[in-house]
Amino acid sequence: MAHSKSVPRQIWRIVIHAIPTVLGIVVLNFLLLKLAPGDAADVIAAEAGSATEETMAALRRSMGLDLSVLEQLKTYLLNLVQLDLGHSPRYAMPVLDLIMQRLPGTLLLMGTALGVAILLGIALGAIMSSFAGRIPDRVLSILSLLFYSIPGFWIGLMLILLFSVKLGWLPSGGSGTIGSSLTGWDALIDKARYMILPALSLALFYVAIYARLTRAAMLEIRNQDYVRTARAKGLSPLRITLSHILRNALIPVTTMAGMHFGNMLGGAVVVETVFSWPGLGRLAFEAVMARDFNVLLGILLLSSLVVIVVNGLIDLLQARLDPRIGAK
Amino acid sequence: MTAVLSVEDLSVHFGPARPVDRVSFHVNPRETLAIVGESGSGKSLTALSMMGLLPRNAKVSGRVLIQTPQGPADMLGLPEKRRRLLRGKQIAMVFQEPMTSLNPVHSIGHQIEEVLIAHENLDRAARRTRVLELMNLVRIPDAARRIDDYPHQLSGGMRQRVMIAMAVACRPRILIADEATTALDVTIQAQILQLLDNLRRELDVAVVLITHDLGVVSQWADRVVVMYAGLHVEQATPAQLFGDPLHPYSYGLLRASPRSDAGLTYRDAPLAEIPGSIASARGEVGCPFRPRCPAAREVCGTVQPPPIQHRGDRLVACHFPGILTQEERHVAAYA
Repeated sequence: MAHSKSVPRQIWRIVIHAIPTVLGIVVLNFLLLKLAPGDAADVIAAEAGSATEETMAALRRSMGLDLSVLEQLKTYLLNLVQLDLGHSPRYAMPVLDLIMQRLPGTLLLMGTALGVAILLGIALGAIMSSFAGRIPDRVLSILSLLFYSIPGFWIGLMLILLFSVKLGWLPSGGSGTIGSSLTGWDALIDKARYMILPALSLALFYVAIYARLTRAAMLEIRNQDYVRTARAKGLSPLRITLSHILRNALIPVTTMAGMHFGNMLGGAVVVETVFSWPGLGRLAFEAVMARDFNVLLGILLLSSLVVIVVNGLIDLLQARLDPRIGAK
Repeated sequence: MTAVLSVEDLSVHFGPARPVDRVSFHVNPRETLAIVGESGSGKSLTALSMMGLLPRNAKVSGRVLIQTPQGPADMLGLPEKRRRLLRGKQIAMVFQEPMTSLNPVHSIGHQIEEVLIAHENLDRAARRTRVLELMNLVRIPDAARRIDDYPHQLSGGMRQRVMIAMAVACRPRILIADEATTALDVTIQAQILQLLDNLRRELDVAVVLITHDLGVVSQWADRVVVMYAGLHVEQATPAQLFGDPLHPYSYGLLRASPRSDAGLTYRDAPLAEIPGSIASARGEVGCPFRPRCPAAREVCGTVQPPPIQHRGDRLVACHFPGILTQEERHVAAYA
């Protein structure tokens, strides 16, 4: 294969591109957050209810907030080089530990939701395009329009109402049975039970997008000359649909999915709140409210890293899906 | 000699339009039959009907009989499942655009292999060997290195060779080339036509050349079918057609094509043309060529001339066959 040789080179190129991007993101985020009124000392003082000028100044000094913005940026960047994301005054623990507590759960939820959305979306889109204009297509089109327009939190609440309250099949919130000491399969099943509802409410919106995108792409590709060639070769309809139509329709869908992964990472606050899922979105939200900028910066940095990595993976995947992209 | 393919009374309808109208012809084993006509004459639709590949909204009638080892099979009457077994196996087609007719995401070796997967019972290694043989057969140089290349890495001529390799992979009896060389430049065009002609002899396959290029017809065809507005207007050998065109449309076509002495002929006079444009395919009474025909009489507006045998083996659909050719000879004789 001509294009697989260049994979290490492509990875190298992605890494090289990532460094200035990450640096830019850190500096820009830092400066933007400094523009916001109030700091962690204000919030702590307000919550304590009785802070004097002296204690406030002492608080700021202990957090390094009395220095100039550029000094603070310099300290932050120097710490960052040693993989130290700073300390959270709010949670009284290192930011890195805090994020690492939340990250696996978030990635798991996002990955599952996006995976389900892609698989379900492509399957539905393929069915819709095969029956274009007929009853199954009409029904699924209306369904996907519904998924597209109903907000995720409402779907979440309705799912809780149905599966947790009425039927009692699935837990309504959390990320695992508290205090359980399950191992192996049982632990996995327990995790899955907690994940089904939030993943589903996150996924449905994206299912609608991928279904419509797949449908449109497949309908367009169905009229391509090479599909006529495939038919002229006497291939079976299933093979034509999978190997010639769907295969080519995957290219726009994966592009979209790559972009959505970044969206999901930050945009899941509402669903995480509904299902009390301990994720990054909620942590970020709480960090904003508490002016806990170290935590927020850490989350932004990490999300940007994840987005860069995912985009890189999508680039590699695209080069595999479409040989014209990889070869230059 | 039994025909490998006979088209009987083939009509294609799209709503009220009838772009192919009661066309009949046959293809003999190992011959090259050319179907000529201008754009919109129905020649490509005829080819697609022969493959059973018409769009869903087309209504088709008549028969397309393909000679198979199990006896004749009617491509139009069979259920889709049976038709699929004929396509690629008994009758194959090469399309006009080599750029878009190959799937960009599969290697050319895989795309050739797919035909073998569909029709032959071979294991992986045997299929790969066959693919290499086929690539050599269509003269793709360095086949072993090229087999995993993707279409975008190949030139137009090479891609058309890949298309031909796919078409002949299962040794079909009939190979349709629908404007297969139109998109290629002239030297490549000649190579591809030569290749088709070699394969015709090596593989015992009949070739149906669909083209609007009369030069190609005169050089490669054994017989010619001329189509106009969905009708089969004349059938002859190239020598008969070029020497003595019977239908006024054939006459006009020949006059309108530049010859090798074009520079001399057209230095002072404009290129000859057929006035007007191809008539709408809507079923009107009379001869569809009448509005553009310099020899039209009253009867041409009321009665559509059916194709009739003329001077032995020729066919012509005209009330006054050969009229323009005779007139020209008279003029030449008195001049």
